[in-house]
Amino acid sequence: MRVADLVTASALLLLGGVVVYDAARLGIGWGTDGPKSGFFPFWLGVLLIVMCAAILVQAARSGAARPFVRRESIGPVLKVLWPAVATVVLMQWIGLYLASVLYTGFYMRWIGRHSWLAVVAVAVGFPLAAFFMFEKWFLVPMPKGPLEAWLGY
Amino acid sequence: MGLENLLLGFQIAITPYNLLVAVVGITLGTVIGVLPGLGGANGVAILLPLTFTMPPTSAIILLTSIYWGALFGGAITSILFNIPGEPWSVATTFDGYPMARQGQGGQALTAAFTSSFVGAFFSIVLITFFAPVLAEIALRFGPPEFFAIQLLTFSSFVGLGGGNPIKSLVSILLGFILASVGLDIVTGQLRLTFGFVDLMKGFDFIVAVIGLFGVGEILLSVEEGLRFRSERTGMNLRVVFETWRVLPRYARTFVRGAVIGFWMGFKPGGATPASFMSYAFTKRLSKHPERFGKGELEGVVAPETAAHAAGVAAMLPMITLGIPGSPTAAVMLGGLIIWGLQPGPMLFKDNPDFVWGLIASMYTGNIIGVLIVLAFVPLFAAILKIPFAILTPVIVVVCAIGSYAVHSSMIDIWYMLIFGVVGYVFKKLDYPLAPLVLALVLGDLAENALRQSLIMSQGSLAIFVTRPISGVITAAAVFFFVLPVLTPWWRRRRGLPQPSSHAA
Repeated sequence: MRVADLVTASALLLLGGVVVYDAARLGIGWGTDGPKSGFFPFWLGVLLIVMCAAILVQAARSGAARPFVRRESIGPVLKVLWPAVATVVLMQWIGLYLASVLYTGFYMRWIGRHSWLAVVAVAVGFPLAAFFMFEKWFLVPMPKGPLEAWLGY
Repeated sequence: MGLENLLLGFQIAITPYNLLVAVVGITLGTVIGVLPGLGGANGVAILLPLTFTMPPTSAIILLTSIYWGALFGGAITSILFNIPGEPWSVATTFDGYPMARQGQGGQALTAAFTSSFVGAFFSIVLITFFAPVLAEIALRFGPPEFFAIQLLTFSSFVGLGGGNPIKSLVSILLGFILASVGLDIVTGQLRLTFGFVDLMKGFDFIVAVIGLFGVGEILLSVEEGLRFRSERTGMNLRVVFETWRVLPRYARTFVRGAVIGFWMGFKPGGATPASFMSYAFTKRLSKHPERFGKGELEGVVAPETAAHAAGVAAMLPMITLGIPGSPTAAVMLGGLIIWGLQPGPMLFKDNPDFVWGLIASMYTGNIIGVLIVLAFVPLFAAILKIPFAILTPVIVVVCAIGSYAVHSSMIDIWYMLIFGVVGYVFKKLDYPLAPLVLALVLGDLAENALRQSLIMSQGSLAIFVTRPISGVITAAAVFFFVLPVLTPWWRRRRGLPQPSSHAA
């Protein structure tokens, strides 16, 4: 927990530095028509740096050795995360709907060990329902790929 | 004059289309409230793009109905599954879940829904009378007053939030920094983009809400090991009427909860402390404090009344001042801007049909809501029986759809994933997420108010204290900001023990 706290606060402190650097480029003082673009971000950045420094001191002092994640629970978290990332990568090539079919099907079979019948029913049925709801009913277009193009959408 | 306007509002809210919208919204909202990873704020955020083509009044009725539904849904999971969907439902689990385990789930649910309704109704009546008055006062506000109110909004997260005040402040700063990314509309300069075209559009708060609360919540619940052990609902008409016959005994608890809820609720982040305060007061004043925590009906009534009164009261600053009191209200405020309305006191002058339609729909929505949840609890509870391996991908895909729909841009889905991981880490490290979202929504408004104030005063910060109204508000804000420093010092002087939770 302590290490994670230190790392997060350091990262945010670094971000504060980036903000201050950019604000300095834009000008932090008084322009011809009021405060310059960098005025507000500059003080946000400065405050962020000060607060993160305070958190670093707090965290360094505390002796709590409770781990950030227990070893046995990091697995399930990653098992949710990496298929989701893979799906978003896929979406750029094959569209949201087809990616959802593959993602839902894969996840149901891999984690849930559902029967192939259930897998196919849900993995095809849900994106299909979403397709009609968004593309037809609400007219909110989603990313589409070659399959939809082939079908004429 | 107030009643006339309310009547006008009812004429709008009771049209068949708007009633249908309310029913759909509440049903969806309850489903959203029951599902892990989807709460009020991100449920509203995901469905916001679908309202772009609706008339604004129907759109806000849909979104507020989803909010009421999500509040009811939180009570279902707290009582039957011991899973508080939202932080303000935590106190409901204390006595609700033991009751369900003893086979009294029906009584607990009936009491929870009825209390929610009473608390909400109390706040709505107060809003009906206070909102026009407050808007009238706010019309005289200038930029310094608005900036002072923004300060007050964020100071109450630091002073009353209950967590680590420094981390609350960091969340606020991070929200403001994210809001400043992209084009500065005043000077036309690009900020914090470092030449990346994708950063020029900035970060949309809808995507942030979906990522932080949606994806982040899924990751958290996976880690905690999702196992839903449901108690039987035990809900039928006889139980409902029997419980209703008992409830008038707790009239005082209802009133106390509603007053605490409203008072805490119109300040940001007030719903959670309100529910705990109401519970603690009721326990202390009860003749049988030893029964609390073991399945006491009054222990369900107290927090639920307060939480809903607070949840509704959060709408008051949103419609009168344009300052949201909760993340969900913040998303709705964003909706208002997208629909082409100017949030703030001018709404009462420029769009009376919208404001009064909204207020009237709070009455109809909560009446419809309590009837729907009472009738269909078993159906809603059954949603959590859907296997986890199906729920997870479906919720992730729904989140992706909601993020993409905002700007039809792929990068927003990536931001959603990143915000999801950030939300997971922040939640674990005790950085509160609500102030971050509020700061992201209010960032531009706050900065403009600050700039205009400084232009008025030729760059002197004294303007915030020398004008009478903003002076008082600024003083209150400063008080809340220093409250976390003051409290330990005060305790030490009085020789009181330090609360151990703040030791870290």
